[in-house]
Amino acid sequence: MGIRIIAEKCTGCGACVHACPVEAIRMVEGKAVIDYDLCILCGACVEVCPVDAIEFEQPSKNVAHAEAKGGVWVFCEAVGDKINDVSFELIGEGRKLADGRGVGLTGVLIGQNISGHAETLIQHGADCVRVIDNEGCRYFYDEVYARILADLIEREKPEIVLAGATLMGRAFFPRVAAKLRTGLTADCTALAIDNDGHLVQTRPAFGGNIMANILCPSRRPQMATVRPRVMRPMARDSARKGEIIREDLSADLLVSRVVVEESVEEEGGAGNVAIADIIVSGGGGLGRPENFKLIYELADVLEAAVGGTRTVVDRGWISYPHQVGQTGKTVCPKLYIAVGISGAIQHLVGMQTAETVLAINKDPNATIFRVADYGFVGDLFEIVPKLTEEFKKLKNG
Amino acid sequence: MNIIVCIKQVPDTTDVKINPQTNTLERDGVRTIVNPFDLFAIEEALRLKAAHGGKVTIITMGPPQAKCALEEAIAMGADDARLISDRAFAGSDTLATSYILSKTVSSIGSYDLILCGKQAVDGDTAQVGPEMAVHLGIPQVMFVRRIASVDAKDLVVERMTEHGYDRVKAPFPCLISVVKDINTPRPPSFQGRMRAKRMEIPVLSPADIGCEEERIGLDGSPTWVERIFAPHARSGCTAAEGTTENIRDVAEKIEAKLEHIWE
Repeated sequence: MGIRIIAEKCTGCGACVHACPVEAIRMVEGKAVIDYDLCILCGACVEVCPVDAIEFEQPSKNVAHAEAKGGVWVFCEAVGDKINDVSFELIGEGRKLADGRGVGLTGVLIGQNISGHAETLIQHGADCVRVIDNEGCRYFYDEVYARILADLIEREKPEIVLAGATLMGRAFFPRVAAKLRTGLTADCTALAIDNDGHLVQTRPAFGGNIMANILCPSRRPQMATVRPRVMRPMARDSARKGEIIREDLSADLLVSRVVVEESVEEEGGAGNVAIADIIVSGGGGLGRPENFKLIYELADVLEAAVGGTRTVVDRGWISYPHQVGQTGKTVCPKLYIAVGISGAIQHLVGMQTAETVLAINKDPNATIFRVADYGFVGDLFEIVPKLTEEFKKLKNG
Repeated sequence: MNIIVCIKQVPDTTDVKINPQTNTLERDGVRTIVNPFDLFAIEEALRLKAAHGGKVTIITMGPPQAKCALEEAIAMGADDARLISDRAFAGSDTLATSYILSKTVSSIGSYDLILCGKQAVDGDTAQVGPEMAVHLGIPQVMFVRRIASVDAKDLVVERMTEHGYDRVKAPFPCLISVVKDINTPRPPSFQGRMRAKRMEIPVLSPADIGCEEERIGLDGSPTWVERIFAPHARSGCTAAEGTTENIRDVAEKIEAKLEHIWE
């Protein structure tokens, strides 16, 4: 075990007990004691100890940077011939990282009839785009996508590889990482390069109650999936030039044991909460399913997606893809309007990274107001229509 | 059909409350529970067994007290369980954990299906399932909301996509992760609890499952936590009365802050 309390130095101040995210430290007769069955070796206690009484051996940060010469890569997600916005966000973020490391930025585009996007990606910041435009990639096949990307990575040896933390990214990126036996950090909300040139990957853990910085110091590439809507794309520069490389695939890369029989689009009107700029969500305070009409009216004016709490989804007032929160989706919109939502922790962890939050609730002590920037106390049946009216006026100028 | 369900014991976040004075989390007396998503995986396994016969085996890696999570699954109706617990496993990241679980699966013998919950609510990575599938050399279907049909050789499922769903056919053996939509988990039964109490659950060490030492624990983990810190706390707001004036004011402020909503 790599962590130890030096009893002679410990003053029993208890700072480590509070710092420990998994409650693995107790005070026994005035000294801190680690329960090794619970300890996750995160080192949070080491940092807060005022008398350096905790010894912590971390693996050495030795890495042969020279091995990874291929720069920064971004997997650019496309479904059918449509490219996902998160691709542009990651190209924007990848540009900063590549500049920080003094290396090139490559986009990897996999799909069918997607070649046209390559130039757009260059105009948004990529130096190079590798295109795999193949009939065999018409549908998303975890195995095929993972094999193609892992194959390219082994050949070109990038130092950093990013993908969106979408359903697709989160399904196949772990396969790539496991094939390459390298580290992967899920659902990052911030990325940076440290003084040693390593990628610092910041992500929420324990439902967003704790933030963690993760490193992958001894293996390459460093891989991360990144939460959609968090990073900002660069403005498009149509004068920007770059290289487009069409990759030829050997047929064996395209073999999939799984077969997509049909791809079905659902619920076009409601919008996808995971990628929406604005979300209007309803909770139990709406009282009856038909009152969701108020939510739809406001969402309509704001051109927003519609969300709901677990309560209303479980009651069948709105379907599961709309659920925001721990057992639903984690969202990061510019504006989140919470209507009749009291603010259970499971809901908060799904929406508290929204840029601006407006809450409407009859209870002035509702938890939702603690994460809100604006709030109204009162009858939502009076307030929401007025709000819809005011936004409508603003919209019509 | 032989099914293996991978579960995790996690802190119960419904016990986690924000202290209004300090705006910090109160974690005193937080219970541990079976990861909520894993209950859907257990339930689906039990339904498949009821319809097609076979055996449901639950595995988990964790400290000795993670045995309680396995007992919960047995009480729901699972047939068998394995606890993977040893100091040498501590500090494992998703790559090491998936390797350990895959070695455990191999040590159990033949299987048709591995079921996992969508993700664990403490780590939220959703990575262990797909990484396991690679170690085992089997295909996967993630974020499954419905198992539509099951044949001798394969099954047809619906997996969630950003725009709807895909109907996907996968051969056995394969790994599937399930979302909440798939079912409503049953509560543990009284007889089940009695059975769980009597059952001897084997505890597996690295030697028992034939792990290579350098692929487990800290040594086997390419990622490590450099630092943990509190998230930027939102200051919250004082809720105003919903007068027309207040509402107009807020609507205007939001419109300005978002720099033109309609474009």
